[in-house]
Amino acid sequence: MSRFFEVVRRDLRLALRQGSDSLMVVTFFVLTVVLFPFGIGPEVGILERVSAGVLWVTALLASMLSLDRLFQADYEDGSLELLVLTPTSLMVVVMGKVLAHWLTTGLPLLVAAPILAVLLHMNSDGFTVLMLTMLLGTPVLSLIGAIGAALVLGARRGGVLVSLLILPLYVPVLIFGVGAIDAAVQGLSAEPHLLILGAMLAASLPLAPWATSAALRQALE
Amino acid sequence: MNTTESLPPFTGTALGCIRGGRAVFAGLDFSVAPGEALVLLGPNGSGKSTLLRVMAGLLKPTTGKLAWGETGLRDEPELHAARTHYVGHHDAVKPVLSVAENLRFWARLHEPHAGRAAGAVDNALARFGLAHLRDIPGKMLSAGQKRRTNLARLLAAPSPLWLLDEPTTALDRANIKVLENVFAEHRAAGGMVVLSTHQDVDLPGSRTLHLDEFAVFAEEDDQ
Repeated sequence: MSRFFEVVRRDLRLALRQGSDSLMVVTFFVLTVVLFPFGIGPEVGILERVSAGVLWVTALLASMLSLDRLFQADYEDGSLELLVLTPTSLMVVVMGKVLAHWLTTGLPLLVAAPILAVLLHMNSDGFTVLMLTMLLGTPVLSLIGAIGAALVLGARRGGVLVSLLILPLYVPVLIFGVGAIDAAVQGLSAEPHLLILGAMLAASLPLAPWATSAALRQALE
Repeated sequence: MNTTESLPPFTGTALGCIRGGRAVFAGLDFSVAPGEALVLLGPNGSGKSTLLRVMAGLLKPTTGKLAWGETGLRDEPELHAARTHYVGHHDAVKPVLSVAENLRFWARLHEPHAGRAAGAVDNALARFGLAHLRDIPGKMLSAGQKRRTNLARLLAAPSPLWLLDEPTTALDRANIKVLENVFAEHRAAGGMVVLSTHQDVDLPGSRTLHLDEFAVFAEEDDQ
């Protein structure tokens, strides 16, 4: 367990000192969302209707931006070999890295989302549910993204490949994330959507690190 | 490191490895007992690095088996990892972390109490002449200093089996001497050293393994 926190602490320290990655993710998120009112006009009705979808699609793309750095730097400087040779299950190391990735990318998205929701005139009934879907959904994005990031190690133009691999797997998160917010805005219960998002998190929590570990070992062969 | 004296020997039997469709070596046997050293020799491409990666557990051998005494490596992968230090071509030094932070992370990851125990990290740094660089970020280091930071892992968290892939790369004569002394002390305490090298490293009483003897001649590939 202490190894897990050691990995988290190291990756947070690296992210903090390099700074650019998590800043880039939030900046992309904010800038892209801000562009929408310019693109589709300032009518409140339209913006309100698309707000949930815009926020979630943009969050999806933003979190994908940082994925290629998740293992690439460690792969290039030889750290990954030593991480794989750690005397513990590789899943512990992967979980530590994914948690650090979520703290530096998912969490800032979570904080920025309600502010941008105001900008898009989202109905205030949707705010709590928006936060809940982000809280449940963004860790799933990091977990699934880690599989893709590990699979494309060593490939040239990994960024393009990772989108092809990962985007289809992100779609369920998008559907139920937006579905929950729409339901809340229309006065229906968001609970079923949130439960399904929770189930996705519960399923990907053990499965994604397992698949990522296998992909990392493969990358070093 | 008194516990290492009761360790069984680390052995490989009938090892063979295929890389990229080419058989690198076949029918290779080796054995390293506590206190012993094994030097891998052979021209470029003869499979020294491959064999070391197989020994570390990064690569699975195509044929054959690695074991500690009777216990196969596959059965106890974490035990093997805890007993092994692998030093590869890359130095795994993060440019934005200081020398001490880099070393402390690897030491604690290898053995969670090592970083805290009696200044093991500081001792390791001092041994490799890095004490004055401990707070310098990794990006400022020269190639030789990076290599020494990587080698300091060997001392910061103890492990009986050291696998080193050309550890003398980028080291000057004085630091190779330091490394030789570290090897001698490690072996005197019951440790094992396996290394590949192109330079002369003084390892008294070490055995050598010529990898070209196990090469597979690819006559059948010519067709």
